[in-house]
Amino acid sequence: MTTPHSSLSSTGPSSTGSAATRTLGIVCLAAMALLVFLAFVASPRDAVQGDLVRLLYIHPALAWTAYLACFVAFGASIWHLAKRTEASDVLAHSAVEVGAVLTALTLATGSIWGRPTWGVYWVWDARLTSTAMLLLLLLGYLALHRIDAAPEVRSRRAAVVGVLLVPNVVLVHQSVEWWRTLHQDPTLARRDFDFATSDLFMFTLVYSVVVMTLVFTWLLIHRFRVGWLALQADELWLDAAIEARRSEAETEADTEPEPVASTPEGGTP
Amino acid sequence: MFRDAALMAGKDLRIELRSRVALNQILPVAVLILLLFGFALDPDSPVLTRATPGLFWVTVLFVTVMAVERSFSLEAADGVRDALRLSGLHPGGIFLGKLAALAVQLAAVQVVLLAGVMVLFGRELAGHLLLVATAVAATAGIAAAGTLYGVLAAGLRVRETLLPLLLLPVLAPVLIAATRAFETALDGVPSDGWPWFNLLAVFALTYTGFGILAFGPLLEDS
Repeated sequence: MTTPHSSLSSTGPSSTGSAATRTLGIVCLAAMALLVFLAFVASPRDAVQGDLVRLLYIHPALAWTAYLACFVAFGASIWHLAKRTEASDVLAHSAVEVGAVLTALTLATGSIWGRPTWGVYWVWDARLTSTAMLLLLLLGYLALHRIDAAPEVRSRRAAVVGVLLVPNVVLVHQSVEWWRTLHQDPTLARRDFDFATSDLFMFTLVYSVVVMTLVFTWLLIHRFRVGWLALQADELWLDAAIEARRSEAETEADTEPEPVASTPEGGTP
Repeated sequence: MFRDAALMAGKDLRIELRSRVALNQILPVAVLILLLFGFALDPDSPVLTRATPGLFWVTVLFVTVMAVERSFSLEAADGVRDALRLSGLHPGGIFLGKLAALAVQLAAVQVVLLAGVMVLFGRELAGHLLLVATAVAATAGIAAAGTLYGVLAAGLRVRETLLPLLLLPVLAPVLIAATRAFETALDGVPSDGWPWFNLLAVFALTYTGFGILAFGPLLEDS
């Protein structure tokens, strides 16, 4: 990396790694290795579900981090609407992007689990439907963040959608509760696992949530830094362009006495 | 704020009355969608009767996307948005006014659609109080979310494709709640439908409140 841009480097990262994140990365790797050991070697097969139970060591953890990502995006969006800082926008965007991947993985692992258990990849189960809706909302945010408009306009509009993410998730979830009371769905009853049967099962489940939260934190920090560096690169490019135009204007002014400020975009002498 | 809202709603509705876009284009499309459902599901089958509440609200959502597009294309002409910003009207009032005008148009479409499902799908109307209450709450919620997402997509080159992607997932709770409430009303057990009405009311209040707050900053740079 060349010299960081002066106005930005004082408040943000200048590379994608640091001693802290490298340590976090190593901790994540070690924790993942232990999770793999616990999930595939140490824990026994389930009497009812067989080896399928091992999917549950990742699926609920993915769902939890997806919701966590939404809450981070929600907080960062409010921050952006209040202070309009670039960092808050980059944080919200990073959280939504990581969240969208996690939500998609939640749906995928759920489907893989559902095919042998329920006999189908997809049921119009309340939880599945609300999660799919969440994925669409996140994709909507990303689409809005990618529009061809001024960065401030884009960021502010995306922030409004980011704020609406959480109330909507809550609303969909609430409707799910009411839906379930009206339409008894047997698939949901299977979610009431009997944790008392295996202490190791319970431990691995909770441990997987902790590991995934760490991994999510690591991913979010790195995505944030990449976003920040992209901003910096944009500014550097702009500075270079302005500098080039200015020196061009100066050489023109040396040769003929023309007004300096009126040089058109990309104009050749 | 409410005086500004009335001014704004009056302006939008007057434009609609004179241009007749809602009457000549949006309303026929709504009826057309009902007819297409009829073709797709076979008019003689009981499926159509059973699916009436869902088909009704899906049609309303499709119409909403068009109506929101129309509502913000009114402000898309050169300088109109600047004029709106400089007019001194309260941004919350502008939001409420556009919301009200949109809600009136959607309500008119729903009256025609209800007549349509009675005639075309052979569905008798029952549970009138719940039907009306659901329609009012759902329309308010749809109009509030529609106006908010309308201004989000306003002025962008990709607004036609972006608006449905943003708006339709957000309206999913309204679709679920309104459909269930209509089902219980039409089946003659309105008491089961009132919790759904509550959800619709909460949705409408949430989006109206947030819209009043967020409309100013959004209008600023639209």
